[in-house]
Amino acid sequence: MTEVIKVDQLQNTKADFKSDQVVKWCAGCGDFAILSAIQSTLVESNVRKEDVVFVSGIGCSSRFPYYMNTYGFHGLHGRGAAIASGIKVANPKLDVWHITGDGDSMAIGGNHFIHLIRRNIDMNVILFNNKIYGLTKGQYSPTTPRGSITKSSPDGTIENPFKPGELTMGAQGSFFARVVDTEPKRMKEVFLEATKHRGTSVVEVLQNCVIFNNRIHSEITGKDVRDDHQIHLEHGKPMVFGKEKNKGLVLKGSRLEVVTIGKNGITEKDILVHDVHNPDDTTHYMLVRMTLPEYPVATGVIRACECSNTYDAELEFQVERAKKKVGMNSLQELLEEKSFIVD
Amino acid sequence: MSKKASKVIEVDAVVVKFAGDSGDGMQLSGSQFSDTSAFAGNDLATFPDYPSEIRAPQGTVAGVSGFQLHIGHKEVDTPGDLADVLIALNPAALKANMKWVKPGATIIIDIDNFDNKYYKKAGYIEDPLGDGTLDGHNVVKAPISQLSRATVADLGIDAKSADRTKNQFALGILYWLFNKDLKFGEEFIENKFGDKKPLLAEANKRVLRAGYNYAETVEALRTTYQINPIKNRKGRFRNITGNIATAWGLMAAAERAGMELFLGSYPITPATEILQELAKMKHFGVKTFQAEDELAGINAAIGASFAGDFAVTTTSGPGLALKSEAVGLAVITELPLVIVDVQRGGPATGLPTKPEQSDLMQALFGRNGESPCVVIAASTPANCFQYAFMAGKIALEHMTPVILLTDGYLANGSELWNLPVIKEMPEIHPPFVEDNSDYQPYKRNPENLARRWALPGQAGMRHRIGGLEKEDITGDVSHNPYNHERMVHLREEKVQKVVDYIPELKVTGEDSGELLVVGWGGSYGALVSAVRDLQEEDKKVSLAQFNYIKPLPKNTAEVFSKFKNIIICELNMGQFANYLRMTHPEFNYLQHNKIQGLPFMISELKEKFNKILEG
Repeated sequence: MTEVIKVDQLQNTKADFKSDQVVKWCAGCGDFAILSAIQSTLVESNVRKEDVVFVSGIGCSSRFPYYMNTYGFHGLHGRGAAIASGIKVANPKLDVWHITGDGDSMAIGGNHFIHLIRRNIDMNVILFNNKIYGLTKGQYSPTTPRGSITKSSPDGTIENPFKPGELTMGAQGSFFARVVDTEPKRMKEVFLEATKHRGTSVVEVLQNCVIFNNRIHSEITGKDVRDDHQIHLEHGKPMVFGKEKNKGLVLKGSRLEVVTIGKNGITEKDILVHDVHNPDDTTHYMLVRMTLPEYPVATGVIRACECSNTYDAELEFQVERAKKKVGMNSLQELLEEKSFIVD
Repeated sequence: MSKKASKVIEVDAVVVKFAGDSGDGMQLSGSQFSDTSAFAGNDLATFPDYPSEIRAPQGTVAGVSGFQLHIGHKEVDTPGDLADVLIALNPAALKANMKWVKPGATIIIDIDNFDNKYYKKAGYIEDPLGDGTLDGHNVVKAPISQLSRATVADLGIDAKSADRTKNQFALGILYWLFNKDLKFGEEFIENKFGDKKPLLAEANKRVLRAGYNYAETVEALRTTYQINPIKNRKGRFRNITGNIATAWGLMAAAERAGMELFLGSYPITPATEILQELAKMKHFGVKTFQAEDELAGINAAIGASFAGDFAVTTTSGPGLALKSEAVGLAVITELPLVIVDVQRGGPATGLPTKPEQSDLMQALFGRNGESPCVVIAASTPANCFQYAFMAGKIALEHMTPVILLTDGYLANGSELWNLPVIKEMPEIHPPFVEDNSDYQPYKRNPENLARRWALPGQAGMRHRIGGLEKEDITGDVSHNPYNHERMVHLREEKVQKVVDYIPELKVTGEDSGELLVVGWGGSYGALVSAVRDLQEEDKKVSLAQFNYIKPLPKNTAEVFSKFKNIIICELNMGQFANYLRMTHPEFNYLQHNKIQGLPFMISELKEKFNKILEG
C-alpha cells in the first residue's frame, strides 16, 4: 500500500477501529471473521485512523464501512471501485480499502473492477466471494458454479462462472491473493501483504453465506480436507501441500501437475518455488486457475509485482512536473492569451 | 488600404458561411477570419456546423463541414440567420447551404470542383451553374484549386498539402471583400504552423495573398464592404467558445475556493472539449480522470468530492441518463458536485452534433426518488464561464450537486468575451471544519441548510456516509419513516434556499407591455435579437431569459404579472413551459417550439411575436 503517514507506536487497538453501529450480518456469517481480521491488520499496519477510508458498493459485504470507525463511503451497486478511485486520486495520502462482493464487482461493477486493476490505483480490494446474491436473498451470481440451482435458476445455471483471479490477471493485476474466511491468522497476514503492496491489491476471500449458500467452500475449507485441497503459497518456498507435506506442483510442458515427493523419482528439488514478484504472470495465472479435483485451490499471495507505477503516483508526478515546466502561474494569464485591448 | 476602382460600402453587420468537405479546413479558416475580425474591433458570433462522421465520403452532402460567422459594427448576438457571403468549395457545399443564403448574396465557388463527377456525388441532376439555382446571386467562379496549387508549385510540398492550402485562397478573397488587414491572417498562420512547419506556413501565407490579389482583379468583386469597429466598448477582449469558457469557469471556481479541481469524465460529443481543455491544465493542479464509462466518471468525481476536491463531471444528454443514479447519490450524501450537460438532440444517440434544449426535464426530475438538484443554464458562449463559476460556487457553499446546462450551439459557438479579473471575482467559502471539532455529518447551517464538510485525513472527525437514508444530524443509517420525510423536505428546502444567493430575473426592455418573450439558456442570442428588432419598431415586447431554473429567481411571478401575454420559446416540445405551469400555474403560457436540431432564426421569431402582438 502507499506511504501513508505512519507514526511510530501509534498503539491503536482493535477497539479503535470498531464503530458504534450494531453489526447486522446473520449469525455465523463469514463476514464477521473478515471484519475482525481487517481491524487487526490496521492495528499492525500502524496507520493513522483518520487516514483510512473504507469504500463499498452494495451487498451484504458492502455494509462493511458502517462497522469501521474510520472514514467510510457506502456507494452504489457496483460503483465502489470508481468512488474509491476518485478518493485515492484526489488524495493519494489516504489508505483506501474497497470492500466488495462477487455480485458487486463481478456483475454490476465488472467494468469498474477491471479498469481499476488496469490503472493500478494504489488501494486494497477485498472481494467477499460467497458465490451467491445474499442481500437480495439467494439468486445466482457470476461466480456461482455452473448447474447450481438457486432461486433464479430453478433448473440450474447455464452460465460459466468467473474466477476473480483470472479477471485480475487478465486486467494485468499487480497483486492477487486468495484466503478463506475460516483462517483468521492467515487472512490478517495476507491483508498485511496487501497493504504493503503499491498498486491495486486484490484479495479474494472465500466467504461462507450461512443462509443462502452454506458450505459452498467446504470442500476447500473443511478441516478434514483443507490440507489436501488447499495449497498455501508463500514467496520463496516450494509449492508443497498435503497432510504429509509430500505433494507438490511441477511444471510439465506448459501445464502444472500435482506430484508426490518420493514417487517416480520426484524430489523436493523438482518442486516449483513460488515467486510472487515475477513480472511474468504466466505461472501466477496457472495458479489462480487451479480447481478441484485435479488441483488444490491456491491460497495466500499469488502475485505481488510492483512492475509498473501506480496511477495515483504517476498523476501526482505529472501535476508536479507541469507546475515546474509550464511558466504560467495565474489563471488571468491564461485568459489573456490571445486577447486584445479595445479603448 | 488602396484599392483600384472599387466602391467601399459601410455595413453594420455581415454573415459569412464557409463550406467545404470536412477536411478542407473550414473550421480553421472560420477561426482565422474570426480572430482577424476581432482584432479589427468587430463584434462577432460564430457557429461551426459539422457532420458527426469524422470524414464522411468526400464530395457528398453528408460530408459538408461549415462554419458561420457573424461580424458587426453593432452588438452581434447570434451567428446570423442567413449568409451574405457563402464560400462553397464544392457542389455539395453549395447544395447543403443554398437555403441558408440571403437573396442577392455573394457566392464564391471553387469552379475547379464543379464538374459532372462532383455534381453526381452531391446529388445534383442538373448543372447548378446553369439551371437557375444561382439566379439573383452574385456568383464568383474562382479557379481556387488550380491557382492555389500553382502558387505553391515551386515550394516542393506534396500534392495533398498543396491542395489543402485552398481554404486560404478563399479566405484571401474575403480579406479583400471586407477590407481586412492580411497581417492578422498571416499571424494566425504563423501561430498555427510556426517554426515547426515553416514550409507549410509559407505556402499558406502565399495562397492567402494570392486569393487577395485575385479578388482585386475580378469584376464581380468591384464593391467591397467595411464593417467599422464597434463603438462604446472598452476593455480586454478575446474570442471564446462555450466549452472553453466552461472549462475556465470551473478553474476559476477552484481558484476562488482555494481548492484543486477534479474532473471525472467520459468523452461524448459535444462535451469532450471540456475534458480535453482541462487535461492540459495540470500546472494549475487540475486532475482529469478519463473514466471507463459515464458512471465511473461521476462516481469517481463523487469520491474526489468526499476526499475534498472541487469535483466535476461533464457529459451530454445520453451520459446524464447514465449518471442519474449517481446524481442521486450526490443528493443524499450532500456532497458538492458540478454536472455539466452539454445538450444535444435526443433521445438515445439522437443528433450528436446538433443543439437542442431537451434535457431540462431530465436535469430537473430524471432520477429515482425525491432528488432535488440546483439547475442552472448558460445563455451565451462567453457566459458559460460565469455560470460554470456560479455552478461551482453554489455546489461548494451549499453542499449540493448542481447541473449546468449548456448545449452544442453554445459549446462550439464563439463570441467576443470581455475578460473578467479573476482576483475580483467573488470568493468561495465551502463549509470546511477544523480538526477535532464537534462534528455531526448532517448538522446544518441554519441559514442555507448546508451540512459541514469534514475530509478524510482530518483528525477526530471520522464518519461514514452513503446512499442509504441518513438520520438527521448524526448521518447514521435510518429507516425511520418520519426521519425520511424530514430529510426529503430538508434536501428540497436546501435547494430552494439557494434563491437567496442568486440574482433576480432581469428584463430586456420595458418591465411591462403586450408580450413577454421567455427563454432559457442557449436561445438567448436569437431571442434578444428578435426582441430588440421589434422594440426598435416601438412594439411593446420584452425578453426575460432564465439562467437559474431550480430554484427560479424570486421575482419570477412579479415579472410575469406585468405582461398581457407570455410566450415561452425553447428548442424542445415545451419542457420549460410545463415546468412554469407547475411552479407558477397562475399565468397563461403561449409556446413557440422548434425541434430540428437547429437554433431559432431571428426572422421566424419576429414573425411569431408579430402575430401575437397583432392579436
